[in-house]
Amino acid sequence: MMWSSASEFFAMGGYALYVWSAYAVCLALMLIEPVLARSHRRQALRDAGRPAPQGDL
Amino acid sequence: MNPSLRWSTFAAPSRFFRLADVLNPWLWGVAIVLAVAGLYIGFFVAPVDATQGNSYRIIFIHVPAAWISMVIYLAMAFWAAVGWMFNARMASMLARALAPTGAMFTFLALWTGSFWGKPTWGTWWVWDARLTSYLILLFLYLGFIALVTAIDDVVRGDKAAAVLALVGAVNIPIIYFSVRWWNTLHQGASISLTKAPSMAQTMLLAMMLMTFAFWAYAFAVVFTRAQALALERERDTDWVRALAGKELQ
Repeated sequence: MMWSSASEFFAMGGYALYVWSAYAVCLALMLIEPVLARSHRRQALRDAGRPAPQGDL
Repeated sequence: MNPSLRWSTFAAPSRFFRLADVLNPWLWGVAIVLAVAGLYIGFFVAPVDATQGNSYRIIFIHVPAAWISMVIYLAMAFWAAVGWMFNARMASMLARALAPTGAMFTFLALWTGSFWGKPTWGTWWVWDARLTSYLILLFLYLGFIALVTAIDDVVRGDKAAAVLALVGAVNIPIIYFSVRWWNTLHQGASISLTKAPSMAQTMLLAMMLMTFAFWAYAFAVVFTRAQALALERERDTDWVRALAGKELQ
């Protein structure tokens, strides 16, 4: 095992700020993007059930 | 093989829609399994780097994000061109669906690179060849998105965006070879087809697992977005009415 304790793991040998900032933003964006895409799809499916408003598309 | 299955089979938005529905759960499964494996190996198996300490662990998301952002750009330009030349509806929709995911990965590569550059180079940003050409990639993506959003006429928007995407594709080889053509702060390629990789086996394994995880993720998200676009554009067709009808019940 690389790390002797959890706190050592989170400290990342003094690079905690850099490593975790990079990973946190990556994780956040990769969670938000699929949620947005799915809600876009759901909205499109809902709109498709209604008659098209005049002048749309 | 089914004789009715041709290369153009999934060019029909209705068939593409069903294919994406079938593939997406598998893509998500693959993405999650590979990401967990990659992160485990990256954080618990791969050794500390001799010169960079633990800061190098940013590589496991930085390099996959950078690779995939460039591949997505080429795919976007390719599908935009196919849509333009052959008037293929689904191809243009795919190009539009690829842009936001490509922009996100470009931003992530810049963000993670910045947080890697600070401890290793002592600066968040430099205007060198690699970083500057890569920043242009982000602007190309944003320009593409702005263009298709600004033009209300769908067909005209697709054509304008295709021109932008194709012209911008010149930037991809510039980014890739920038570390060789110019003196830059950014290191050269760690992985190439002609040389043995200049990194430990476990580091390489973690990076490849994360790359394939990002791939599966990108396919899944782009498919979902392409489905949404297909529903919007084809709302007057029978297959969309049938789907929407099912949804309302």
